[in-house]
Amino acid sequence: MLALAGRRLAASIPSLLIILVGMFLLLQLAPGDTVDALMAQMGGGGDAQLMAELRAFYGLDLSVPARLLNYLWRLVQLDLGFSAIYGKPVATVILERLPATLFLMTASLSFAFFFGLLFGVIAARNVNRWPDSVISTLGLVFYATPSFWFGLMAIVLFSVHLQWLPAGGMESIGEGFTGIHRVLDIAAHFVLPTLTLGLIFLAIYLRIMRASMLEVLTLDFVRTARAKGLDETRVITRHVLRNAMLPMVTLIGLQAGTMLGGSVVVESVFSLPGLGRLAYEAVVQRDLNTLLGIVFISALLVIFVNFCVDLLYARLDPRIGKETGG
Amino acid sequence: MDFSRRAALMTSAAIAASVNAPEQALAQETPRRGGVMTVHFATEQRILNPSLQASTGVYIVGGKIQEPLVDLDANGQPTACLAESWESSPDGLAITFRLRQGVTWHDGKPFTSADVQFTAMEMWKKILNYGTAVQLFLEAVDTPDAHTAVFRYSRPMPLGLLLRALPDLGYVSPRHIYEGTDIRQNPANTAPIGTGPFKFVQYERGQFIIAERNPNYWRNNLPYLDRVVWRVINDRSAAAAQMEAGQILFSPFSALALSDLARLGRDPRFEVTTRGNEGNPRTNTLEFNFRNPLLADIRVRKALAHAINIPFFIENFLNTDYAKPGTGPIPTVSTDFYPSGPMPQYPYDKALAMRLLDEAGHRRGAGGVRFNLRLTPAPWGEDIALFSTFIQQSLQEVGVRVEIVRLDAAGFLRTVYNDWNFDLATGWHQYRNDPAVSTTVWYRTGSPRGAPWTNQFGFSDTVIDGIIDAAATELDHDKRKALYADFVRRGNGELLMWNPVEQLFLSAFNRRLRNYANMPRWGSSSWHDLWIAP
Repeated sequence: MLALAGRRLAASIPSLLIILVGMFLLLQLAPGDTVDALMAQMGGGGDAQLMAELRAFYGLDLSVPARLLNYLWRLVQLDLGFSAIYGKPVATVILERLPATLFLMTASLSFAFFFGLLFGVIAARNVNRWPDSVISTLGLVFYATPSFWFGLMAIVLFSVHLQWLPAGGMESIGEGFTGIHRVLDIAAHFVLPTLTLGLIFLAIYLRIMRASMLEVLTLDFVRTARAKGLDETRVITRHVLRNAMLPMVTLIGLQAGTMLGGSVVVESVFSLPGLGRLAYEAVVQRDLNTLLGIVFISALLVIFVNFCVDLLYARLDPRIGKETGG
Repeated sequence: MDFSRRAALMTSAAIAASVNAPEQALAQETPRRGGVMTVHFATEQRILNPSLQASTGVYIVGGKIQEPLVDLDANGQPTACLAESWESSPDGLAITFRLRQGVTWHDGKPFTSADVQFTAMEMWKKILNYGTAVQLFLEAVDTPDAHTAVFRYSRPMPLGLLLRALPDLGYVSPRHIYEGTDIRQNPANTAPIGTGPFKFVQYERGQFIIAERNPNYWRNNLPYLDRVVWRVINDRSAAAAQMEAGQILFSPFSALALSDLARLGRDPRFEVTTRGNEGNPRTNTLEFNFRNPLLADIRVRKALAHAINIPFFIENFLNTDYAKPGTGPIPTVSTDFYPSGPMPQYPYDKALAMRLLDEAGHRRGAGGVRFNLRLTPAPWGEDIALFSTFIQQSLQEVGVRVEIVRLDAAGFLRTVYNDWNFDLATGWHQYRNDPAVSTTVWYRTGSPRGAPWTNQFGFSDTVIDGIIDAAATELDHDKRKALYADFVRRGNGELLMWNPVEQLFLSAFNRRLRNYANMPRWGSSSWHDLWIAP
């Protein structure tokens, strides 16, 4: 098992390299560099000497291959470089943005996973009866609604009209909350974004879960379990659920991989300082180091999560580890 | 399209309503101390120090923390700030500023002429955009005593030009913080130290900036507010919702969607207005690439202008309260330089446009098309996107097929001003109080390739170059004004570029604010007299 995992990790190094070099070259195709983006912010008035100085300052006076090699060489030394827009090391910038994204994604994925599981099971057990219809219809509605619209409507209802929850931001600014008050304050700020993002994931999970349950319920071992005289709850929890979970785990593995990418839309609507907005900003401002830094960290996370998912498969379905000779 | 049009019409009604609403009896109210001003901060900047970057995005924050030598009064005339008085030598080569005494930096050190000298020589002259051009002939700043700074120029500097430039390009930074450091990387660039009414406290990237009351501010007993908080909100609809929820009290510089501004304008809790933005006028441009032989022909340029119905565009897509037909590169709000007398104009005349195109030898070919052009719109501002579509449809009617090439900010600047890879471009020309600051560079020959918002259009007009150079060093105001009238006449007459629409930015205010929008660059100003009613 561990040898398999090790092989997988080793195999991921070339793909990491391809991702980084590809991203670097792709961004060269976009017209304009970070000095052009800075000029756009300034509103002009930059003379040629100033712009040449800035290009030298941002290291843009070198050729593309030289910059790529420089970047890779620094990466080998675990140095992600310096962010043009933030004037700080990229690692620091990413670390500052990590908590909001991780918190948002963990909260909404957990929300979606738990309720997706629950509603998926309810729908499957009542297939083609009214609970199934209600759940499936709602799921479709959530899935089809754009998240920015959901977010904005939630703000209009809960923040503008009812004034129950804050309209945006990560915490109350300048209130000086500490301890439990601060935790509650941050939690209040994350309720609407979590629900907005979570409802879309929820729709996916519940549909997968429902389909998977229905499939497993028809299999022979379920009939055997029932024939043994097990009650329905035990059949569902011990036998059906465990097998029906496999597609869910696959899915959460795939989605957790994109976690660090964050959600540009939800982060923008709720003014959360997450990695999605950072990546967007980095593209608009042609901040190559920051963008590559995010790509690098995301790629690492994808590799790590896939590794965990492999282990989890083996645990849910003992045949997997054996068949692959681990 | 139809939605935007309706939204624009609603804006019109809403602004009209806000103008008619009874003015509050401000004079009878006693200012209340305390309170937190919350501001919509739409695009984060790399730095916050206005001595190093001249842009509204920096002034909206840095303008409360640092102060310029000279500011504008309610009527847009230069008024004392860190400089109390000024005078020019008769030859215009030396301009003396007497500085305010008893002013201290936020870290307690005294403000002196050495700070002015350092900022002028190391920042305005070397780094500050537009500053490098205005201070090109600045040789030295003498400091005969701690409260006198004498600016020495190698060519005559019109005092009026300098005074009109300094409210934006005259912010002073502390020498003791910057001297001997790499100025571009100084930590004070994002944690500014100034003399202003508010002291910088904290900047959380992507979230907020906080500044608090400066208890030692030189204007006694001011400011009224305890704090200013800028909230970073990228999404325009979300910002409008936060405005309604009371989380922000002010959204500057047309940062909300036109439809949201219309909605807020109808709500009695808010005022949507152009007041306080008279110092930041802009014209929409149509820029021609003269390297394309089609456009080097003045008949074609004139035909394109005559084919576009500007009053119709403004009435139906924008709004007559903040936009009106442009008459040239100098906007009407520039009372000091707006030329008197008629200037060459190109009113809508479709028949004339078609006749001009026929005369130029461009007959309609297959499908009624005379020729094709690429139009590159700047990505900022809803109005530019609307205008580019309007140009496309208007020119279609006279047989010119236009392909719109949309790019983001960096791509637009690179493609138009460096690669010259366009036929037509449309964006904004921002007028900055004096035509010598940011207007004449659009016309003057010799800007190095790649400098955005300069003449990268492939024309070289020796007549207009001569006028521009004469005006830049002319000391007599009336003569300068006459020269700039010649400049507009020549520029419009040759149609080197076209400035068909003149606009002001819209601000959205919560009506609990008091003393807002009381001067022409209010969004950039220090807010020392701003207060919030309960």
